[in-house]
Amino acid sequence: MSTEQPEQPTTAGDGFQPRIVVFACNWCSYAGADLAGVSRLQYPATTRVIRVMCSGRVTVGFLLEAFRLGADGVLVTGCHPGDCHYITGNQNAVATVDRTVQLLQLLGIEAERLRLEWISAAEGARFARIMTEFTDQIQGLGPSPLGDTHRQAGTRPQPAAEETKQSGARAA
Amino acid sequence: MPFEDILRQTRATYCLDCGKCTGSCPVTRIDVTYSARRTIERVLAGRPEQLIHDRHLWACLTCGLCTTRCPSGVDYPRFVIAARAEARKVDVEGTYAHNAVMQQLMALMAQSVQQNRTGWVTEELQTAARGDDFYFVGCLPYFDVIFADLGITPTDIGRNTIRLLNRIGITPVVSNDERCCGADLLLNGDEEGFHRLAEINLNVIAESGAKRVIFSCPECLNAFRTDVTRHLGPLPFQLVHITELLAAHLDELAFEEMDETVTYHDPCRLGRYLSLYEEPRAAIQGVPGVTLVEMAKNRAQALCCGSAGWVNCGQCAKGIQMTRLGQAQATGAARMITACPKCLIHLTCALRDAEDEIGVTLEDLTGLLARALARKD
Repeated sequence: MSTEQPEQPTTAGDGFQPRIVVFACNWCSYAGADLAGVSRLQYPATTRVIRVMCSGRVTVGFLLEAFRLGADGVLVTGCHPGDCHYITGNQNAVATVDRTVQLLQLLGIEAERLRLEWISAAEGARFARIMTEFTDQIQGLGPSPLGDTHRQAGTRPQPAAEETKQSGARAA
Repeated sequence: MPFEDILRQTRATYCLDCGKCTGSCPVTRIDVTYSARRTIERVLAGRPEQLIHDRHLWACLTCGLCTTRCPSGVDYPRFVIAARAEARKVDVEGTYAHNAVMQQLMALMAQSVQQNRTGWVTEELQTAARGDDFYFVGCLPYFDVIFADLGITPTDIGRNTIRLLNRIGITPVVSNDERCCGADLLLNGDEEGFHRLAEINLNVIAESGAKRVIFSCPECLNAFRTDVTRHLGPLPFQLVHITELLAAHLDELAFEEMDETVTYHDPCRLGRYLSLYEEPRAAIQGVPGVTLVEMAKNRAQALCCGSAGWVNCGQCAKGIQMTRLGQAQATGAARMITACPKCLIHLTCALRDAEDEIGVTLEDLTGLLARALARKD
């Protein structure tokens, strides 16, 4: 498990700038993001894209870790059904996201903070639109209850009331 | 803790180098390169850094079988757990099972989350918000989601436990703010994470006004009875396992006659750690018509369910599980009863691949007893 410190809060003025982690598959969605870039399409700078070989590579553990480290929203993107480079990887992604949503509900984290979208390599405009839409959606929800701790303390998640030492606090 | 202290506290300095531990170890049966004796010897010889970077540090199931046989009384599981804590200090961890989803959940529960974890409590069950008895559910609601593909619903254990408690006149507190007991963090050397969860749980239990905490998971019970007490001092409430209560209240339960032959799998924490061997057996035999047959390896000699701490699950775990299922099959019993949700999960996982050959079904003890009750209603 990683031990990196989360970056500083990105709240500029009154506008809440969410931190969104985007998992993009190598074959479709990441290429879609590239296309959005070379086409100079504008979308909010709230997203951090993580390239994976397939949306099926994303695990429940990855998604929960993103939330644990303070992500306000997590987006999983992959090839459209039937277009997966590994035939059925994106079907696995559906199951993974579905299971994570159930766990988020148990943990009391809004299920709307996690979303699954299909974006092909030709859909640069769709990539930009979804990033904008999802940013709006997360802005509507406000900061993640887990992210609050990071913003206030500028550290990794800490227990409810206790003040514990800041660095070296390993969460898993 | 420096390795000199670990050696002293776990009595490893008394090691006779006899190798009974390695001979007993269920892991060694499958993976012959693993040796408990050599693990200890290496540290005694002054080379603990070798152990820290050895993948075998994460192979031990902490089942405690070696310790029950050790002529010098070396506490090998505690030795391993303390060594894992040292390994974590230099960022060495094991390979977590299920893509570390359990570790993530435990870390998330240590934060200020507002859970919705009591949805599994159905309407006919009587629970309270405050009261004398607190039912510590553990991670069952999370297991429901994670292990849905095994075709099991671990919260059944929770529902059956409450059903049985209600029948003996107990209306338990089921809290939405309860967290994981953290036993699996401690098992992997994360003392800090364990403390955090334990402190939250102690507050939640204190707020409920409970004088007694009832557990259906032996691992949670052991965490409270042994580890919380050791780390945070004596607790202001009593701790009991559901089988202890059931064994003591058999007359009130008044079961229907059943016609079944079952065998019982001793969970490591309930058996070797807490010495609760007879209570679960008494509870099973309390159901008229149920015949209990023992496996060749039972009580203190019982074989582990093959996996612990959600770490290092693999071929070795599967081999141990198949051995255990084979022992159950050899008894001729149709059902294997266990009293630990984790044993149930691990053995179900192995059974899924060999159901036809083994021909044994698995059930939690509370499930068997609740079925005997259900016919009365």
